[in-house]
Amino acid sequence: MTTDIQHDLMRELGAERLGLFLYQMVLIRQFEERCGELYTKGKIRGFLHLYTGQEACAVGSINCLEERDKVLTHYRDHGHALARGVDPNGVMAELFGKATGVAGGRGGSMHLYDVEKGFLGGYAIVAAHLPLAVGLGVAAQMKGEDFVTLCIFGEGSVGEGEFHEALNMSVLWNTPTVFFCENNLYGMGVPFKASLSTEVPKLAAAYNMPAVSVDGMDVLAVYGATREAVAHARAGKGPYFIEAMTYRYRGHSMADPELYRLKEEVEEAKRRDCIERLKGQMMAAGMLDEEGFAEVEARARAVVEEAVEFAERSPQPALDTLFDHLYKE
Amino acid sequence: MAIMRMRDALREALREEMLRDERIFLMGEDIGLYGGSYAVTKGLLEEFGEERVRDTPIAESAIVGIGIGAAMGGLHPMVEIMTINFSFLALDQIVNNAAKLLHMSNGQINVPLVIRMASGGGSQLAATHSHSLEGLYAHFPGLKVVCPSTPADAKGLLKRAFRDQNTVVFIEHTANYGLRGEVPDDPDFLVEFGVANVMREGTDVTIVGYSGSVHQAVRAAQMLEEQEEISAEVIDLRTLRPLDIETVVRSVKKTNRAVIVEDAWRFGGFGGELAAQVMERAFDWLDAPVARVACKDVPLPYNRNLEFHALPSEEDVVEAVLGMFKE
Ligand SMILES: Cc1ncc(C[n+]2csc(CCOP(=O)(O)OP(=O)(O)O)c2C)c(N)n1
Ligand SMILES: [Mg+2]
Repeated sequence: MTTDIQHDLMRELGAERLGLFLYQMVLIRQFEERCGELYTKGKIRGFLHLYTGQEACAVGSINCLEERDKVLTHYRDHGHALARGVDPNGVMAELFGKATGVAGGRGGSMHLYDVEKGFLGGYAIVAAHLPLAVGLGVAAQMKGEDFVTLCIFGEGSVGEGEFHEALNMSVLWNTPTVFFCENNLYGMGVPFKASLSTEVPKLAAAYNMPAVSVDGMDVLAVYGATREAVAHARAGKGPYFIEAMTYRYRGHSMADPELYRLKEEVEEAKRRDCIERLKGQMMAAGMLDEEGFAEVEARARAVVEEAVEFAERSPQPALDTLFDHLYKE
Repeated sequence: MAIMRMRDALREALREEMLRDERIFLMGEDIGLYGGSYAVTKGLLEEFGEERVRDTPIAESAIVGIGIGAAMGGLHPMVEIMTINFSFLALDQIVNNAAKLLHMSNGQINVPLVIRMASGGGSQLAATHSHSLEGLYAHFPGLKVVCPSTPADAKGLLKRAFRDQNTVVFIEHTANYGLRGEVPDDPDFLVEFGVANVMREGTDVTIVGYSGSVHQAVRAAQMLEEQEEISAEVIDLRTLRPLDIETVVRSVKKTNRAVIVEDAWRFGGFGGELAAQVMERAFDWLDAPVARVACKDVPLPYNRNLEFHALPSEEDVVEAVLGMFKE
């Protein structure tokens, strides 16, 4: 289960950093499960897309970034925000639509932002943020700065013209962009095989950029690949493409009756769970025991509960702020 | 002051602004080597180099999207959509990202971007290549929409667009590119947004136009004066968002009649919005219903006679005005 390369990576990262990865994945899992409950209670409304099952993608990729780097992602964005260190209180309050939310209650689940953390947003129009990521790369180049933009999206994006336009232009202009495709096998209910005539990395390779496919249920594999991609982009060698094969445990959104897949398929995926996997690897390496894991879970639970309480007691945005931020002076 | 054509005034604005602010760069289809489809960017590649004058693939949504991303990254890009007809392919970027990011992010992300596009019918380019969409873009809160009708305004408004922290959709009517006029050469010459221009003063009727239709309004006013002894005031809106409704209302309260002229389709067009606002604010002053002279509701045909039959003309404006004076 743990390859030699991964042994090396684990040794290099050490117990503390791996502990952080484990904690972040557990935090995201618990945060998402709690969101699901709160949705049923009507505390969270609108579209809610949970990230449960895909945690290794966010944690493995975003932890390769420096503070000055940027992250753009799609609407399934809570996990990415949390992995980037966006305040869980602000995220939960946003889901509640409260004034203290990261977007003041204007964005909701699909549109989280925290510019100070370099988290430049969740984008709810499939593939619309890919060109933005290339544009940020142009800005880095023209300003002589060496920040990298990590652009995360679902495999459903490959059908959109903007996916192709963005990949092509990022290579033409050699932008420091890491394209990170979370292939969870479905775009809503459409199986990936029914929406793409080829394989994802082949598309990227066709535009002449390095492209790899990794096990997105394995945080170490994701980390290893993304680290290389970020180094490549930062060194001025241009864009890099990663496909992470993953699986979402919950429906596409809270409104999904999941008619398109069998329960067995979901159960099968859960046997490859990213949290169980890292936990097992850390235990085998003597970096963690059951007690330690229980502590991680308790810590995450406390953070999630604090976030819920914060969101509950936060005020609604005042009606007279409706027209705020329509234009910047 | 120098006499120049509108396309040259636009180029002067781009040049001066690029010299003033190194965050400004240009991208678009054929703006570099080719010199721009309407020669607005001619010579700028040679002067500023490939990094600041970028030829792009034919990929409108990525062009605008990359502009938005570059703006988010601290630059002030100008993207040229070759003609407004191709902006449909970039509509999502303009509407969902450029216009909304500031509000949706609660003020965290602004998009200082200038999107220039050539617009309008009347050149026998047939239905796909003859759109007038100023009003469409004006529909979206979060955008600013600018449509100059004179060389001086073109320069002053375009320079002003680069002093804005928001996305400016800058629409240039192709019939105006060759117009000559006096243009100030002061590098600080700006034309403020939301200030309509009274092109011609009058007392009997107010004719409101924007973009290409301003010149029809002016010609109609001349005809009315010479042939009918009717004194028409002509107002060029200059910008549709922000809209200077005050100037229009003030004029209507003086003349008691309003005619709106536009190249866009009548149904659901900007003229309807304007008519409603005039009625909301000046109903008691109106001696006749607000009249609209607009494009007939059909795709514009290639055939010259058919196309000109569909588009509004100065004769149509004159007729609309005369209709208001009949009992
Ligand atoms: C341009 C556009 N078309 C359609 C939709 C509706 N839609 C929302 S999510 C989705 C599926 C996207 O799947 P994928 O990219 O694989 O991401 P995942 O939900 O699996 O994370 C669709 C079709 C949309 N948001 N944007
Ligand atoms: Mg998917």
